[in-house]
Amino acid sequence: MAVASPSKVMTNVEAVRSTLYDALKRDDKAVILGEDVGNRGNVFLITKGFIEEFGPERIIDTPIAEASIVGIAVGMAMEGLRPIAEIQFADFIYPAFNQIVGEAAKTRYRSNGEYTCPMVIRTPYGGGVRGALSHSVSVEALFYHVPGLKIVVPSTPRDIKGLLNAAIEDPDPVLFLEHKRTYRLIKDDVPDEYFTIPIGKANITQEGTQLTVVSYGLYAHQSLEAARKLQDENLSVEVIDLRSVRPMDRNAILDSVRKTHKLLIIHEDNKFGGVGAEISAMVAEEALFELDAPIRRLCCPDVPAMGYALPLEEEYMISTDRMAEEMRAMVRF
Amino acid sequence: MAKAMTSTGEAAATLERYGLTDDQLRAIFRNMLLQRQLDNRGFQLNRQGKIPFALGSEGHEAIQAGAAMAFKRGHDILAPYYRDLGLAVGIGFTPLEVLLSLFARAADHNGGRQFPNHYSSRKIGMMSFSSILAAQIPHAVGAAYAIALRKETGRAVLVTFGDGTTSEGEWHESLNFAAVHKLPIVFLCENNQWAISTPLHQQMGQPHVYKRAEGYGLPGESFNGFDPLATYDAVRRAMERARSGSGPSLIEGTCYRFLSHSTDDDDRTYRTREEVEKQRAMDPVPRFEKILIENSILVAQDADALKKDVLRETNEATDAAEAMPFPEAKDLYTNLYEGAWEPWQ
Ligand SMILES: Cc1ncc(C[n+]2csc(CCOP(=O)(O)OP(=O)(O)O)c2C)c(N)n1
Ligand SMILES: [Mg+2]
Repeated sequence: MAVASPSKVMTNVEAVRSTLYDALKRDDKAVILGEDVGNRGNVFLITKGFIEEFGPERIIDTPIAEASIVGIAVGMAMEGLRPIAEIQFADFIYPAFNQIVGEAAKTRYRSNGEYTCPMVIRTPYGGGVRGALSHSVSVEALFYHVPGLKIVVPSTPRDIKGLLNAAIEDPDPVLFLEHKRTYRLIKDDVPDEYFTIPIGKANITQEGTQLTVVSYGLYAHQSLEAARKLQDENLSVEVIDLRSVRPMDRNAILDSVRKTHKLLIIHEDNKFGGVGAEISAMVAEEALFELDAPIRRLCCPDVPAMGYALPLEEEYMISTDRMAEEMRAMVRF
Repeated sequence: MAKAMTSTGEAAATLERYGLTDDQLRAIFRNMLLQRQLDNRGFQLNRQGKIPFALGSEGHEAIQAGAAMAFKRGHDILAPYYRDLGLAVGIGFTPLEVLLSLFARAADHNGGRQFPNHYSSRKIGMMSFSSILAAQIPHAVGAAYAIALRKETGRAVLVTFGDGTTSEGEWHESLNFAAVHKLPIVFLCENNQWAISTPLHQQMGQPHVYKRAEGYGLPGESFNGFDPLATYDAVRRAMERARSGSGPSLIEGTCYRFLSHSTDDDDRTYRTREEVEKQRAMDPVPRFEKILIENSILVAQDADALKKDVLRETNEATDAAEAMPFPEAKDLYTNLYEGAWEPWQ
């Protein structure tokens, strides 16, 4: 009889919190820096109580200056600390673009390995929370083009723990994108013990034979839900949660496409130049003749972000029903 | 020099009115009342579940009403930030326009796209801005450059921001550029001593934003931001200097954020009730009322009538805005470029 290892049910936001807590306990080189992470304990209360326990030297309430939050973390990382920088909302990451793209991503390369940049930049992203133009954007496509960065987009509490641990252990800079709509929406069992999930390994959340659906973040949940609905109609859909978009799990996608012969990519970020474009190109290069239907991408519209008014947000976001409809159409193609 | 109130909040014996007429003084007071009323309305609507988000500016009434009085309508440009409800209505943004923003209606200036409090109106010279802190500051400098290049004397830009925002690189870069080019612009810091949960001493090495002016080579000055008349005086002098081509200034009024940062925040988790109560005791709205009454500029009945009037105005604006339609789904796609567009041609 297998003995179940001890575990706890937690939400996504609790998983971020408990993983960060364990990291601070485990390694005194780990520091957290960002706006309102100390006194308030982060705007989602992720680091609540940390400053009392670990002190203001390791839980740093920074001035409002994203370029230096990331830049200072780069310097800390170069000198042997393990900084975990926070950008309060992904929408505010733009002032730090230079430090992420121009500096963190290139430190190892430009010094030919003499200096490295083992750091994590965490930030909540994504919509469906009435966040309007500036509290709802997806930023992964802006960064996934950049060699030298790793980009993680976890969707479940267990993945958050395993991948955040992996990101903190990682010898290179990792952008860790947490979908804020999933923070309190998604709840699951998380093992108590320390574990990592390798960055770049996708998760097949449902096996199927007629269509491959690739997604991540909030839409990993919705596409799974849609695929489950379709089971009642005897349609068999395989669902892949990418978990990271750089590196991306080529084999998981190709193995699945070779089995189902159809590919649908669903993401919240807009379509043009998005993650789906890279996946489509890769599959076209590697497995074009396996396909029985054109590749399809179901993405949010090519506008800067969703508006605040409810009809604008609803028009922007993709409903589970729309996903199911698209899947049906593709299976029947 | 006698001021409308001292920094401890006591009324002074004689009122230094900086040349303002009785009507202007009453207009400042009315603006303060209107700001508070509209502010409260946002929170009421949020509690009633009619709007998902509200952000208040209580504690900023004096600094904003005073600054608005120093703004020359039809000439100057305002580059505001999200806490500038009083400045917006003080320069001609109407209560209906405020409510349209709160309700995110189609007729809102930005069509219900942005969060509430992100007011803009080309008609009254109030520039559009995003939620990204400090991003409006270089825009304001650019606008000032345009005024200067066109040799439009008698005009200036007023740009406002919180204390926390002065940590951003764009803030520093903007002051430097404005100083180099001696642009017609006034940088007005509404220092409410907090940036969400971050107090001043964690935001900057010394607590006076205006002192940085010297380092950039422009004049700096501070004043009591709970005092609408001291604010008026400081902003008017700085704007006059800018309008006359003598260059930019950095001025700073100290006030306080009485409420949590927004409806998504709970300030009890990071600051004491004693601190908030101590500041509340200096609430500029009843203080200024008292001063106007003591100086026979207002009688108590007038004050009551004004309060009724701003409530009526707020109620009418609420009803009118609520009855108006939301933007439609198709409105998500307009105004991205000029004309119709597709990423593929
Ligand atoms: C670039 C950027 N970083 C962070 C934020 C999140 N944020 C919104 S308001 C705020 C505090 C601003 O404080 P302050 O400038 O003092 O203005 P106040 O709200 O006190 O009026 C923060 C950190 C943001 N909107 N933009
Ligand atoms: Mg402030």
